[in-house]
Amino acid sequence: MKEYKNPEQMEVLKKATPARIGIGHAGARYKTDAYLKFLQDHAAANDAVFEEVPEDVVKSIGVFEVKTLCADKQEMLKRPDLGRLFSEETKKEISQRCKHHVDVQIYFGDGLCSPAIAANIPDLYGAIEAELRSQNISLGTPFFVRYCRVNTTRTIAPLLHAKLACVLIGERPGLLTSESMSAYIAYNPRPDMLESEYTVVSNISRVGVPPAEAAAYIADLLIDILDKKCSGVEYHARIRE
Amino acid sequence: MILKEMIGSHTYTFNSIKEVLAKASEQKSGDTLAGVGACSKMERVAAKEVLARLTVGEITENPAVPYDKDSVTRIIIDDLDRAAFEKVKNVTMADLREWILAAQNGDIILEICRGLTSEVIAATAKLMGNLDLMYASKKLHIEATCNTTIGGENVLASRLQPNHPIDDGNGVIASTLEGLSYGVGDAVLGLNPAIDTVESTINIWNMLGNLRDTFQIPTQTCVLSHVTTQMNALKTGAKADLCFQSIAGSQAALDAFGVTVEMLEEANAMFRAEGSAKGPNVMYFETGQGSELSSNAHFGADQGVMENRCYGLARHYKPFLVNTVVGFMGPEYVFDAKELLRAGLEDVYCGHMHGLPMGCDCCYTNHMPTDQNDIENLFILLAAAGCHYVMGLPQGDDVMLMYQSTGYHDVAAVRELTKKTAIPEFDAWLQANGIWVNGKPGENFGDPTIFIR
Repeated sequence: MKEYKNPEQMEVLKKATPARIGIGHAGARYKTDAYLKFLQDHAAANDAVFEEVPEDVVKSIGVFEVKTLCADKQEMLKRPDLGRLFSEETKKEISQRCKHHVDVQIYFGDGLCSPAIAANIPDLYGAIEAELRSQNISLGTPFFVRYCRVNTTRTIAPLLHAKLACVLIGERPGLLTSESMSAYIAYNPRPDMLESEYTVVSNISRVGVPPAEAAAYIADLLIDILDKKCSGVEYHARIRE
Repeated sequence: MILKEMIGSHTYTFNSIKEVLAKASEQKSGDTLAGVGACSKMERVAAKEVLARLTVGEITENPAVPYDKDSVTRIIIDDLDRAAFEKVKNVTMADLREWILAAQNGDIILEICRGLTSEVIAATAKLMGNLDLMYASKKLHIEATCNTTIGGENVLASRLQPNHPIDDGNGVIASTLEGLSYGVGDAVLGLNPAIDTVESTINIWNMLGNLRDTFQIPTQTCVLSHVTTQMNALKTGAKADLCFQSIAGSQAALDAFGVTVEMLEEANAMFRAEGSAKGPNVMYFETGQGSELSSNAHFGADQGVMENRCYGLARHYKPFLVNTVVGFMGPEYVFDAKELLRAGLEDVYCGHMHGLPMGCDCCYTNHMPTDQNDIENLFILLAAAGCHYVMGLPQGDDVMLMYQSTGYHDVAAVRELTKKTAIPEFDAWLQANGIWVNGKPGENFGDPTIFIR
């Protein structure tokens, strides 16, 4: 196998980027190590999307579980419109088991990354909850939504008469991490709200913004959004003023 | 106009040409999501039967979005070559399909294509199998010139995509040098920035430009920020060759991208006059089936028709590069490997029929049930179909946009397999640097440290 003309410089180049460079070649194809590493990372990302959140993970977080109108993961991927809706029985269950007329309703969704729940929720939610309680913000009953899309907020907030909804949801995985989640926050969510009314905190994971750090940021953001009574584009315009 | 077809004892009836076109489309999850796709295989066939009997004139008179309500429709109709249209307006789609497949001379097809609206070109694809699309696409020779000329016989070009999570200059350069050492980058050195500001766009553009000048690389550069950011960057001192923008097939969908046709007009004029490239082709557009539906601006049309309208808009500006980003929108639009492969072949054929130098980002996201094998298949089919260029990324992994595309190694392997080369000037540069020699990897292949001085 041919060496690099300047192996030290190759190390310098590799340190400058997380991209897969300096991986050599076998003819015009990949070397075995690089090929297998890629397969491993893709398998992790793909599994993260298609695997279910285990029931015992939901139990260990200590919340109840509901599901959208999607029958399974495949349907959730093909039909984002069903991934935002609930059956009448499910709506009744949510309504009966949760507090109404709260300032902030937080709930969790598998979204496009199931492992994100177990990896982030314990540290993330606990810290957000503690901070909001210390500021006397009234907080709704948290729960877990299977086959969940962001736009479930449009149903859940009006159902519970919550001023603000925040869904902590698994985000589309890349090959660098398959445990990442986002917080989608909307003031006064309703069926006809615009996508631009969401404020988003993304890239929450061990390799991105760590859950504890993200929690402090999200708690402050929730309090400020409650105060300004708007989210998304309007909120960002307000804070620039 | 009678839009019905009897198969066995069942009569399939369609209410509009738009519905015939949608239901005649091969299966795509996006058309199902929009509620416009065929409900059964037999209904799809019935729609194809009806479509085959429609004439070019009838489809032309029924654009997906009305002329007076949509700037994209106006560009498509106003740009139509009336003499070419007159020649074929009474031809049925069945006959047009056969004429395209039988024609020996691609230039004659392209001449007639100037009289075909995007809806008509989309319709021809709906009556073609995968191999038909490849067979027709391969005949169409389309060249465009920025600093170098793309589209020559047996050329398979590539965009070098050196994306970095935070646009770190050293990181971008590292990926660029690696790509060059694999023979990638003859179509363009083009970065998708993580940060869409004028200052950052200027910095990266000039960095790529200086690299190009230092090593005298015959190619062009682009920073794919928003078109308005690029115009401001050019005005304030960027050494900028190609002007990029993502486009869509209706005025309302362009709005969702924050783009108007006037803006594109202005950008094209500005880059021709003040850009650092020789030209005359200085625009670079990206498209992808499903973007109109995602902004609810598809007007009840199928995603194939809307994608074609992007090409109808693109051809107005005589671009240097156009590529479909075929698997980026997600599984709700293009679900699996079968749909991906079909969409890629359709898009490249339809782009060529619009006279465009057409490339393809053969790609997928991690929430699709697809993998690298699937896009390798698509890549080699597209190389056989005369696709102008593909993307080259470090092992196909985009560490900023979080999706996978074709890798540097893949570009080299497919060139070797199909006996194609880089754009001639770039190929000569590769030979001179010992990277790609006589159609095979040279002694410096895969060694970016040859550029470190």
